[in-house]
Amino acid sequence: MSAAITIDGIGKCYQLGLRAEKYLTLRDTIMSVIKAPFQRLAGLAGKGPEEGQFWALKDVSFDVQRGEVMGIIGRNGAGKSTLLKILSRITEPTEGNAKLKGRVASLLEVGTGFHPELTGRENVYLNGAILGMRKAEIDRKFDEIVAFAETEQFLDTPVKRYSSGMYVRLAFAVAAHLEPEILIVDEVLSVGDVEFQKKCLGRIQQVAQGDGRTVLFVSHNMGSVQNLCDRAVYLRNGAVAEIGNADSVVETYLNSTVSAEEKDLLQRPRFPGLVATLAGFSMTPPQGRERVLSGGEATFEFQLDVKEPVKNACLGFMFNSDKGYRVLGLNSRLELRGVTLNPGKRLVRCKVDSLPLKPGRYIMDIEIRSNAKPYDYVEHAMAVDIEFDDFYRTGEMLWNYEGSILHRATWEF
Amino acid sequence: MSLTAPPMQADPPPIDPLISPPAPGVQAEPVEIPEFEIRAHRGWVAIDFKELLHYRELLYFLTWRDVKVRYKQTVLGVAWAVLQPVMNVIIQTVIFGTVAGFASKLPAELKVRHIPYSLFNYAGILPWMLFAVGVSAGGLSLMNQQNLLTKVYFPRLFVPTSVIGAALVDMMVSFAVFFTLMGCYRVAPPWTVVFIPLLVLLTALAAVGIAYLLSSLTVTYRDFRFLLPFMVSTWQFISPVGYPLDPHRQWIRWLLRLNPMYGIINGYRSALLHQNWDFPGLALSVVEVAGLLLFGMYYFKKTERRFADIA
Repeated sequence: MSAAITIDGIGKCYQLGLRAEKYLTLRDTIMSVIKAPFQRLAGLAGKGPEEGQFWALKDVSFDVQRGEVMGIIGRNGAGKSTLLKILSRITEPTEGNAKLKGRVASLLEVGTGFHPELTGRENVYLNGAILGMRKAEIDRKFDEIVAFAETEQFLDTPVKRYSSGMYVRLAFAVAAHLEPEILIVDEVLSVGDVEFQKKCLGRIQQVAQGDGRTVLFVSHNMGSVQNLCDRAVYLRNGAVAEIGNADSVVETYLNSTVSAEEKDLLQRPRFPGLVATLAGFSMTPPQGRERVLSGGEATFEFQLDVKEPVKNACLGFMFNSDKGYRVLGLNSRLELRGVTLNPGKRLVRCKVDSLPLKPGRYIMDIEIRSNAKPYDYVEHAMAVDIEFDDFYRTGEMLWNYEGSILHRATWEF
Repeated sequence: MSLTAPPMQADPPPIDPLISPPAPGVQAEPVEIPEFEIRAHRGWVAIDFKELLHYRELLYFLTWRDVKVRYKQTVLGVAWAVLQPVMNVIIQTVIFGTVAGFASKLPAELKVRHIPYSLFNYAGILPWMLFAVGVSAGGLSLMNQQNLLTKVYFPRLFVPTSVIGAALVDMMVSFAVFFTLMGCYRVAPPWTVVFIPLLVLLTALAAVGIAYLLSSLTVTYRDFRFLLPFMVSTWQFISPVGYPLDPHRQWIRWLLRLNPMYGIINGYRSALLHQNWDFPGLALSVVEVAGLLLFGMYYFKKTERRFADIA
């Protein structure tokens, strides 16, 4: 077996905007006002000082064999997308090199280059050409693409009138009919309905099995990584944390999501310059109890470190199951508008009367957001345990196939 | 703890029969497999003409898209391709020709043949509109296509090029109107009209060169977004679009000739309307366009690798 992709010491450094220096004297202030446009000029031209550097990837090396389906997993900001962009030749690495054998097609977004004013038919040709297909090839596969997308009757309608589902189906159908030796797929399957996702996964499998095509596949869905991939790479903070058999890498990833040294949320890697940062999080049971019970009351507390006033702020937190599926998300945006966070240490509290989750361990993602300012997003901030309680008061057991959410109902027979 | 009932254990069924591990022995038929290396580049990256050739159909599709999209959801549709030059000619004929009195200042060789000012003006508008699109639309093209730049690889040179391609299609329509107008005035073009394709090529190359330079500058320095409209209008003032520029002082003439559009616009008037050829001016334009094109390409290729990071 020969390597289709050889990655050797790839690193990617981004220049971030310059941080304002502290003004010391009036003269300094005046000087920096005069110098500012020149500094901005230097910064825009990519010649800023080193302090604004951020290594999205550092010393990443691995091989992908021909015919292999390789999964890439990791938290947001771990460098997955940057790696795919480098391998797709969209951006250059800062250091290191990679060798690719074969034609490469990359699918980092569904419907890249789709033009809303053009009809479905026209967009199939345009998108196909952008993804690297020849016109003759598109002509040959056109009927197949349209059949796959199930949008025959809307072919001559501008895609801006399509429903989002139709749009995604048509866009993916074009991409699914690429026949490169190497296919690079970012998290594009998370859009579209479940039926269509299955169809696309099937198609990727077919592509991989076909004649030894190589697929590089990024996903947050651990199930599809395990189903599709032979091997997987786990990226953490821009470096390879583990590489190997997909099942075992996924297991490592899920177990490591809340490791001890990362309990301090401020220590998590972030883009510098955030206006509001999440410093701490806790989930507390109601008074008089020791644990949060399934279906019971719980209070969530968030410590925020706010540097500048944040208008229209909102805070959201999401529960992910231990399999990596998102089960529930709560967001202040949905219930409370026009909140302003003032600078300083802030405490945000959210009380849930009845937390409708089955017992088990959940991994929390927490986000702070506002209209315009950079916001914080801490993926896998912490794991919380929800303990068993006889929610339905019948003593009946809960089965796995009954989903993750508890809900009472009134029954009539 | 999660309780599981043994008989009803129902994890979701696997999506499909799982893929069998790929057969290691499967060898693709011994066709030529392209191989390339990804690494950091320094300085200027040579243009990969083989690649441009490989992607040539994409250039066609991008141009085709620009043409198609341009007049969508307009009441008049493609009629705008006709109306734009016609309205320009009418306005400039009234303002420059009649009000400012340039109609009486046409070169003697044109007056002798009774060539109306509107035709004279139109012959200047033909190349000017192509060039103005290069400066304004071409200059913004990369910035407007950020989503393409950050999501897919293809030769980026095609983005500004396709804008000029679409403008060339409009120019064809414009030429058709021009020749119709000539017919109405019963003016026959001289035999030199056969040089028009060469002049169009020269204009297109000038527009492309400018578009390469300005589009890559605009991606980095968004200031150019605000500068571009001024550039276009200022440039039009120093180009003989609306009025005949034939100063008697030699040094002013040479100063004006420095503008590559000076030689080009006069070239159109010579080829289409019997105006005397200004060969030194045209030769200078050719040299300048070549320089502009090379420098545009050079700067574009030099900054190209940054586009996706800063777009």
